[in-house]
Amino acid sequence: MSQNAALGVPAGAPAARRPGTAPAPVVRRRRTPASPYVLLVPAVVALLLGLGYPVYWQIVTSLQEYGLAQQFGQPPTFIGLDNFARIFSEDALWAVVARSVAFCLVNAGLTVLIGLGFALLMRAVGTTIRIVLQVSLLLAWAMPMVAAVTVFKWLFDYRTGVVNWFLVQVGFAGMDGFSWLSQPLTFFLVATLVIVWMSVPFVALSLYAGLTSVPEEVLEASRIDGASGAQQLWHILLPMVRPVLSIVLLLQIIWDLRVFAQIRLLQDAGAPVSETNLLGNFIYELGISRQDFGGAAAVSIFVLLLTIVLSWPYVRSLLKEDA
Amino acid sequence: MSAIAPPATAPVTTRQAARKQHAPGARRRLVGKILVSALGIVAAVVWVFPVYWMVLSAFTPAAYLRRSTPEFLPMHATWSNFSRVMTGDSFLSALRMSLAITLLTLVVVLAFAFLAALAISRWRFRGRKSFILAVLFIQMLPAEGLFIAQYKMLSSANLLNSVIGVSVLYVAAIIPFTVWMLRGFVAGVPAELEEAAMVDGLSRTQAFLRITFPLLAPGLVASGVYAFLQAWNEFTVALVALPSETSQTLPIWLRSFLAASANRGVDWGQVMAASTLIAIPVIVFFLFVQGRMTSGLVSGAVKG
Repeated sequence: MSQNAALGVPAGAPAARRPGTAPAPVVRRRRTPASPYVLLVPAVVALLLGLGYPVYWQIVTSLQEYGLAQQFGQPPTFIGLDNFARIFSEDALWAVVARSVAFCLVNAGLTVLIGLGFALLMRAVGTTIRIVLQVSLLLAWAMPMVAAVTVFKWLFDYRTGVVNWFLVQVGFAGMDGFSWLSQPLTFFLVATLVIVWMSVPFVALSLYAGLTSVPEEVLEASRIDGASGAQQLWHILLPMVRPVLSIVLLLQIIWDLRVFAQIRLLQDAGAPVSETNLLGNFIYELGISRQDFGGAAAVSIFVLLLTIVLSWPYVRSLLKEDA
Repeated sequence: MSAIAPPATAPVTTRQAARKQHAPGARRRLVGKILVSALGIVAAVVWVFPVYWMVLSAFTPAAYLRRSTPEFLPMHATWSNFSRVMTGDSFLSALRMSLAITLLTLVVVLAFAFLAALAISRWRFRGRKSFILAVLFIQMLPAEGLFIAQYKMLSSANLLNSVIGVSVLYVAAIIPFTVWMLRGFVAGVPAELEEAAMVDGLSRTQAFLRITFPLLAPGLVASGVYAFLQAWNEFTVALVALPSETSQTLPIWLRSFLAASANRGVDWGQVMAASTLIAIPVIVFFLFVQGRMTSGLVSGAVKG
């Protein structure tokens, strides 16, 4: 928040003056100096090289016949929207799209709900327990993704995993040796657990920061007026954190739509790939394994467009804010 | 103020009186407090358990991990899992690769992003707003939609399996958020400070180096740690751009280590030791910057 206040400082104008070059001060002040452009060059070149060119290549390739023959030197030919027509007429793609969207919505929804629960819990408990909660969340947040997925594979290992052991202890004897990752439904259950576990801390801590900015007097006043806890939550706390809530929800949706690595890593344990692929994995299969670059590029463009559509409300609000 | 004060204190005293009269209400509130605290402890334990289990398993000898009853406390702690991981050649080569890529990325990102942040926070110029919006928008681009193109690009430039190739992609991916973080820091140092120093006879460069730069150091450290974490943890681009077994970064190495050990029954003790080794620098550095990341993500990168 303090950063935001700092952004409001009109820092530009005075610094643009360059007293080192003495003559003709009036003209100098009017002209746009070259310095900012020079300073931007390295970053712009890096962005164009690492992201701009790939986006351009992706768009061009999505309009080309680019398969195995082209890999071996045949020049690619432009075929218009044929790749899109071909890919989108495949049932496999739509199954993946439906699965990805469902997975994304379930994960984003769960993450925000549980995160909100954590934030409210942190508000309600005493200082010591709040610190314990915060440290737990930070540790989960700091876990590298690959390490986190690996730990969950260990927890859910069918032979020696502690989850199966625990389930047997509490009476589900049938869970002995149960193989979570080999069937789609339980595979996605584990994937959801990993992703929600990793994403909740960011949501919880952001919402908690939002909640602490609710003035205590307002709550005190409402308590005096006889508001119950639920009423306070619904009429005071939630409306005040709504901006943060909608931002984190949007971010989770965007992030969860492009889940790739977690699924890929979990698939290593022998999951049926065709039934557990999400969009990112589907692109990977098409491109790297089947060498159908044209088709992979078409799906990528589809994902890019989907992301743009989803993030549009956010970008638009930025356009309004950042004058 | 004085007109408001009496009514504000009055309810408190009546409430205190009420509390004395209605002891059951107070007791209910106490029970509620205890329940909430218990819930907090349970939630904390559940959330931290995977991390605890990773570290505990890393210190447990393989024989005990295969037992049908798990041990929840370090009864037979040993370093052997760690030493076996660290003496393997593949770990050291992956560590070297990760360090090389991370450090190269870190240096380039900091230099480029710092210059860009300086430009957009100290000058108003044509194209400034477009640059800021482009930076924000790029953060929305899914890497998973680009890796085929990036793979093709590197393969045609003969940069697959190379430190430089991956670093080019990392730099581009990490710069946007770093520019955003640094912009906040640069804008936080008033330009007037520099001007005052120049009035005192310093050149513009001297003023910048002696006055502004030291004030930006915390910002550079925070964004540097952020860049480090991103490059150290990255998986997808590394998976695609480093197909050779001899040029893996640590995350890719961990994956193949797990896959290799799966054939003869996974040696979870070693795998967890390897995971812990990768996680330690992340957790340590992360604790430094997490505050910046929350506020950066929500108010900076996210809200604008």
